[in-house]
Amino acid sequence: MPTDRPTAAELVEAVREFLTDHVAPNVEGQLAFHTRVAVNALAIVERTMAQGGAMDDAELARLRELLGQDGDLGEMNGALARAIRSGAMDNDRAAVLEHLRLTAEDKIALANPRYLTPRG
Amino acid sequence: MTADINRKKAEIQTLDLAAVLRGRVQDVYGPGTEIDGLVRLSGGASRETWSFDALLPDGKRKPLILKRDPLNEIRDGNTDGQPGGANVLLGVDRWTEGRLMQLAGEVGVPVPEVPFFLDADDRTSAGFVMQRLDGEALGRRILREDAYAQARPKLAFQCGEAAARFHDIPIDRLPELPSLTATEALDYHQDVIDAFKQPHAGFEYGIHWLRERLELAGDRLTLVHGDFRNGNLLVDGAGLRGVLDWELGQLGNPISDLGWICIRAWRYGYYDKPVGGFGEVADLLDGYEAAGGGRVPLERLRFWEAFGCLRWGVVCMIMAFTHIDGRERSLEKVSIGRRAVEGEYDLLQLVD
Repeated sequence: MPTDRPTAAELVEAVREFLTDHVAPNVEGQLAFHTRVAVNALAIVERTMAQGGAMDDAELARLRELLGQDGDLGEMNGALARAIRSGAMDNDRAAVLEHLRLTAEDKIALANPRYLTPRG
Repeated sequence: MTADINRKKAEIQTLDLAAVLRGRVQDVYGPGTEIDGLVRLSGGASRETWSFDALLPDGKRKPLILKRDPLNEIRDGNTDGQPGGANVLLGVDRWTEGRLMQLAGEVGVPVPEVPFFLDADDRTSAGFVMQRLDGEALGRRILREDAYAQARPKLAFQCGEAAARFHDIPIDRLPELPSLTATEALDYHQDVIDAFKQPHAGFEYGIHWLRERLELAGDRLTLVHGDFRNGNLLVDGAGLRGVLDWELGQLGNPISDLGWICIRAWRYGYYDKPVGGFGEVADLLDGYEAAGGGRVPLERLRFWEAFGCLRWGVVCMIMAFTHIDGRERSLEKVSIGRRAVEGEYDLLQLVD
């Protein structure tokens, strides 16, 4: 990935700002709704670019510890999913659940950080 | 196709529909009945809804809603008029949906009346017509607006009552429906996840947990609404006015409906009210018991709430893959895919 500015993250940010500041105020109905959806999608991309790498590293480290093997994130998640289904992790439930909860928390933080806060 | 041709086509389709409806209201309400104010309310890719009034010869007005299959499907010879020819994903046909509403109404569930049906022909797809009731169905508004402040504290109990009543409809009175036991429902969701070829440890843990506790699920098999939640409830100032959208009606475990209405997706941020963002679990279960559904153990409700979280996650993934596979390119659908983690997160809080 080139490091020249604008970075990919800065371009995504610029598109999001364009949609928010220039498109959203000038559309209505379904188009306004879909503009908000687009803005949210770009915000997810921005958060993922900023935080995703560190989250992946932490997840992979936990998976190595749990499974006692190495591989990329896709392979390791596949291995954990198969091990859970077969019952091979039944004796390590607490550790598996803790790992899965931490991973889900990270994914929520990227996808929809407000989910954890009541609007009430 | 140009916008002009599309507009012309839509005009012709509206005229065709008006002619069909005029004929049908005259069959049902007598000669001289006219229709007025026919207007399309929504047209997703899946269903169309239309609003109109029947004007009776004595001057009375009947406010009505038509729900029908999308026209392009019948033109392509796809899914119209196959009674019971349904799966848990696509839902039942419109005649079955309307029939379920009639049956629910007969046992005291608040639902719009369904006075007549439409056959698919060269002018319309299959559909059913229902009473247009006053009230609000948008979940957020029901939770936020002052007009429903008196209604909100009653809704959980009323939802429990309604569910107990439609769960009690004798199976031999029901039209042909897809049927899933708890085990089959778990298998089904696991198969759907497997088909995405994206191993998912979080949902796998939930499925494993649920499989180990299948005895908690209970073994009743009844009519279930299939999408019983805030968003499919019509509410007015006095409380529950109608249970809407019966298209996912099926034979299943009745408590799946109670678990589904409790998942966080339907609380719209009002997290301290577990039932639809408006009510308490105790009220839901009290209403269910009061209307003859029996006392539901909390452990059973927890099982079905966990199952509901799994289902919500899988629904989100299905939407995303509709886009990813290219069946329907849609920014909205692919974005909903990221909400799968909401179901996953909540599921992992419920299990141990």
